[in-house]
Amino acid sequence: MAAHHTEIKARRNRRWIIFSLLPAATLFIVLTAFPVINLLGLSFFHVEWREGAAQFSLVGLDNFTRLFTQEDIFWAGVRNNIIFAVVAVSCQMVLGFSMALAVKTAGSRGRAALTGIFLLPIIVPPIVIGTMWRLIMGREFGLANTVLGLVGLGPVDWLGNPDLALASVIFVDVWHWTPFVFLLMLAGLESLDGEVLEAARIDTSGRWQQIRHVVLPMMMPTIVITLLFRVILSFKVFDEVYLLTSGGPGTATEVVNFSIYRTFFRQDQVGYGAAMSVVTLFSITLVIILARAFVQRRAARRQAAA
Amino acid sequence: MTRRSLGAVVANSIVWGYAFLILGPTLWVLSNAFKYKIDIITGATFSPFTWINFQELLFSRQSDFLMNLFNSAVIGVASTAIVIVIATMAAFTLVYLEVKPWVRWALLGWALLFHMLPNLTFVGSWYLMYSSVGLHGTYFAVIMTHAVQNLPMALFLMISFVGALPRELIQAARMDGCTYAQVFWRIVFPLVRGGMIAATALTFIFSWSDFAIALTLTSRDTMTVPVAIATFAQEYDIRYGEMAAGTLLSIMPALVLILIGQNFIVRGLLAGAVK
Repeated sequence: MAAHHTEIKARRNRRWIIFSLLPAATLFIVLTAFPVINLLGLSFFHVEWREGAAQFSLVGLDNFTRLFTQEDIFWAGVRNNIIFAVVAVSCQMVLGFSMALAVKTAGSRGRAALTGIFLLPIIVPPIVIGTMWRLIMGREFGLANTVLGLVGLGPVDWLGNPDLALASVIFVDVWHWTPFVFLLMLAGLESLDGEVLEAARIDTSGRWQQIRHVVLPMMMPTIVITLLFRVILSFKVFDEVYLLTSGGPGTATEVVNFSIYRTFFRQDQVGYGAAMSVVTLFSITLVIILARAFVQRRAARRQAAA
Repeated sequence: MTRRSLGAVVANSIVWGYAFLILGPTLWVLSNAFKYKIDIITGATFSPFTWINFQELLFSRQSDFLMNLFNSAVIGVASTAIVIVIATMAAFTLVYLEVKPWVRWALLGWALLFHMLPNLTFVGSWYLMYSSVGLHGTYFAVIMTHAVQNLPMALFLMISFVGALPRELIQAARMDGCTYAQVFWRIVFPLVRGGMIAATALTFIFSWSDFAIALTLTSRDTMTVPVAIATFAQEYDIRYGEMAAGTLLSIMPALVLILIGQNFIVRGLLAGAVK
């Protein structure tokens, strides 16, 4: 009887494990794993729409050869994405870290209000940020040109000038994400060992020395992870670009995501768009795997050294 | 002493300067919601106050904005409910029960990877999948896609919250003869409620904010607020006042959340980022 009872319980428990993991696994398989396979498959086809129905013709590697030999816009996007990742993320890291350091060492009045304000860009819909800055950077009656006008300068065409547009979009991204880096850095600084910091304050001569030789090395793990995280996530940029410039003027602010969107939804080139998606997906996956390996090796080395 | 207080002044002014850089432009744009069009265009600093933009936006015949708000709310609530239940159950099992290593590895590894990949690489495929089964433009399509989109973050958040529960309590319940399901519903579920609220708030905000998925998977009848705002901005004759009013309404959930649950969000965002 007791044995029978335990057996029923064991079966129920096995069933729970399946029942609790199945919904998550199903969602992932149907809506993320399958699309990857679907995209891979589509990338070997040329798809044409005739009378509302899709006509598939197998073209082998044609989409990929076209992408690697005849395409300009997509690669302009790749180039911009890389500039974006390097410039925007370095600005965010330097600004975010210095501000966190300032608040940590000097203390700040009205901490709760400050956190509230800094959260605003992070949780407001990105499309709203795009709208806002489009109005501010507008050529005719934007706030930016009004302010410049007060000191007798401008008007500047922030978003329409090919030499300025990318810088303007990067500025908006820095504005958007610096608070996030700041909050991460502040949390990291506050979890540092207070005694070590205090000892360092007594032992080292200057504030700068203390930051360079004590605080920075202790913060390195947080800094590296935040940096890699931001670099990888910077490839997600889409909403703001869609609203601010739609990739223009020319290809000045083209990004990979926008190329994919345009190819799929405005030019109806499904097979070609799939090839772009596949190349993007696998490249970013490779970057993620390399970044992860890098972080793990660093951690292992630190542990060995300690 | 003087050096320290000088440093404090400089540091404070830098950080508050940045705060001003956030608040200033935001308030300037939002103030347009309460101005007449002529005052917005001429850039008048002091201008008469009006509700006209909200009336036009919400109640005029040509505007669908009330419906857009309703759609965003339906999609946000439904997808959040699905995500939180799924994530909490999975988190409990992954943290406390004996799951085959490859299952754990595959689920968490894939969640982490998918979380970092741009969703624009998936929207084309989602569009084709839903279209081929006649579900494009339905609530169902957007709700399920938002659910999968936010599942990784919710999963990592719930793993950190569930993992913080006292392990002895769960051991004790299992010793007393509870089945796993009973442990979950009677012990874990009530105890982790605080964490669930934080994850719920964040998930809802991300669903509410999504643009790319809603842009490609909704139709006119299921269009959400961000897509509507983007449409406003792309019109030839931009209705600045109504656009500002729509923007103000669309950031209300975020504002409410900052006012009532600031600590929750900070904790949640950090947990989601570092994992």
